[in-house]
Amino acid sequence: MVQNERRNLLKAGTAVGAAGLVGTPAVNAQATWDNQPEKDARLRVLRWSRFVQGDIDTYMANVKRFTEKTGIEVRVDNEGWEDVRPKAAVAANVGSGPDIVLSTNDDANMYPDKLLDVTDLCEYLGKKYGGWYPSVEAFLRPDGKRWIGVGLGSSGSMMVYRQSQLKAAGFDTFPKDTDGFLKMMKALKDKGTPGGMALGNATGDSGWTHWLMWAFGGKLVDKDNKVVIDSPETIKALEYGRELYATFVPGTLSWLDPNNNKAFLDDQISVTNNGISVYYAAKNSTDPKVKAMAEDIQHASFPVGPVGTPTEYHLFFNQMVFRYTKYPKAAKEFLRFMMEEEQFGAWLQGAGGYISQPLAAYEKNAIWTSDPKHTPYRDATKNLRPAGYEGKLGYASAGALADFIVSNMVAEGISGSRTPKEAAERAQKRAERYYKV
Amino acid sequence: MVQRQDQPRAPADGQLTASSGAASAVSVGSTAGKKEPPREPVQRKRESLLERLQNSRNGLGLVFMLPAGVLLLLFLSYPLGLGVWLGFTDAKIGRAGQFIGLENYEFLLGDSVARLALFNTLFYTIIASIFKFLLGLWLALLLNRSIRHTTFLRAIVLLPWIVPTALSAIAFWWIYDAQFSIISWVLSRLGFIDRYIDFLGDPWNARFSTIAANIWRGIPFVAISLLAGLQTISPALYEAAAIDGATPWQRFWHITLPLLTPIIAVVMTFSVLFTFTDFQLIYVLTRGGPLNATHLMATLSFQRAISGGALGEGAALAIAMVPFLLGAILFSYFGLQRRTWQQGSDR
Repeated sequence: MVQNERRNLLKAGTAVGAAGLVGTPAVNAQATWDNQPEKDARLRVLRWSRFVQGDIDTYMANVKRFTEKTGIEVRVDNEGWEDVRPKAAVAANVGSGPDIVLSTNDDANMYPDKLLDVTDLCEYLGKKYGGWYPSVEAFLRPDGKRWIGVGLGSSGSMMVYRQSQLKAAGFDTFPKDTDGFLKMMKALKDKGTPGGMALGNATGDSGWTHWLMWAFGGKLVDKDNKVVIDSPETIKALEYGRELYATFVPGTLSWLDPNNNKAFLDDQISVTNNGISVYYAAKNSTDPKVKAMAEDIQHASFPVGPVGTPTEYHLFFNQMVFRYTKYPKAAKEFLRFMMEEEQFGAWLQGAGGYISQPLAAYEKNAIWTSDPKHTPYRDATKNLRPAGYEGKLGYASAGALADFIVSNMVAEGISGSRTPKEAAERAQKRAERYYKV
Repeated sequence: MVQRQDQPRAPADGQLTASSGAASAVSVGSTAGKKEPPREPVQRKRESLLERLQNSRNGLGLVFMLPAGVLLLLFLSYPLGLGVWLGFTDAKIGRAGQFIGLENYEFLLGDSVARLALFNTLFYTIIASIFKFLLGLWLALLLNRSIRHTTFLRAIVLLPWIVPTALSAIAFWWIYDAQFSIISWVLSRLGFIDRYIDFLGDPWNARFSTIAANIWRGIPFVAISLLAGLQTISPALYEAAAIDGATPWQRFWHITLPLLTPIIAVVMTFSVLFTFTDFQLIYVLTRGGPLNATHLMATLSFQRAISGGALGEGAALAIAMVPFLLGAILFSYFGLQRRTWQQGSDR
């Protein structure tokens, strides 16, 4: 029944989507929502600055619609995503500031008791839109019961590659597993068109180092927050990484976030990991040579390692309502409104593939099919893991990530500056300090 | 209260402003008691608090110093004190910490990255300062000669110092880029190298590359300051030396250098302080990478405190820089500035 309904709606959705309108996902009409915002409510929202103009344009259009509909005034402030974290933390603990903050990764887990319980809202949304992805629950429903924030999605970092160069190296499609990936990288290197991924202290693009560790079963901590990074699995990952590093273009140890974009667009690397921005930069370039490259750019999910499941790291986005807000109901109403199909669907489209949805039903959004090159970015939130996998998230996991413990370990271990064992031992020691043994 | 007792005649002046009221309290404190009795017989008419303040040297001095004092307290002493306090707590961003004594410092002592950052900072400071001094002095000597377009040249020399560091660092970032480096490009075009130099990807290369950028930026400050010092040296001394048949080297060694020492002490103290606490250059070029080889204490402190949220630990790292800075200041003060001849002795 539900399946049938979904399919029909899907058809309608793609038809509408093709017409240039918002796609309609499968909606479970049974979910009900009853909430009366406070009178004369006003809201202040702090969010991370856009990565693409379309994001903020549609976001603000949605905000405007909310104000028109409810009469609730909403002020939206923007800050670079790395600056939102300290501001939100201070607001949480001082007890005043924006009512709603859109932040990243495990922010909500640092001060869960300062956040408004949004369980009713999340249950409503989950029911209506095909359920939240497990990663969203890992971040925002840490005890498996209470929701401390509303998932917003994630910004995917996927494999970006040059179709023609892969073909020339004998690969028609992007390998799905780590063995095939290594073979391909070796072949590319032999052809004189190597790949490369950032190994410097890059806050975004060095996330692939987590993928590498997880793909072979390594992890920072176990379920009880015991640091277990110095494990045979991690060593195996680093040994694999050594072979991989040998295929990289020179200089990746110095790479920060923008380096791989520049190198890729300058035709110096065939494969890297990145957001969808490289593709857009090529597509919108005024340089005809670069513009022609857009045609040749393809995207793929990260290869799956011996563990058998996707193990990706992406930048996660949450929406938190602070307990100190005078208008909790209005805040919830705002978040509900923004997450409903009419608004959220349009926003996904506006963001042009930068943002992957947190709710399964939005997989059907037309943005993921309007250009087949968008499709791999669809599953970012579905496949991502928190950096603090698989322990409890909080100050320790956030601190360990900000201190580049895993990235440094991979950089040391695979570049040959230390043996894999030494690198893992060092990471273990550094991580234990954060997790206070 | 005390004032009222002293001055029963003081009018309940509504125009007495809050600031003068507060200031008068100070002045009364300094003048009351001693000067009050002799004044009594004079019985000057209606000497208000304000007037008495205006006539008091000490009181006025204090009032004039007040703004500066408040600024110092508010924006220097308080943050520094807060930093010291935070270093003894386990504060996280937005979460007040508990006093934990020296735990942060013990933690940092056992932390290989922090130790590496200390080494990097010392290495960076020492090497960069030596080169900045030598090159800066050389440049100052050159500029001190009467050459054409002196003013223009001096203005040009100052440029690296004027350009905001964040901007010049971005220029260096391109110069050192692993793929787009202009140096590598030129060298490979000329056939000297067959693969691009990994300026920022190899730990030692990265250290020297960042040091070079820092030297480039720091030379003008040293050069221009020393140039100012050079110009205060009386030409008569050189003439006398020339008559005595002194070689250029002797003139430099026995006249220029000794007379320049006080300036050198001040300039180099500042230069060392700037270098030791450098942040922007590293943050733009490497963010402390590769493999933390260029992390300075300032950048690591920021990474731990702001990005990582461990405010207490970051503060401890920052405070750990203070002894080194104090050491540098004391060295220049006692080692360079207090030569006997400067105090009038000829020994």
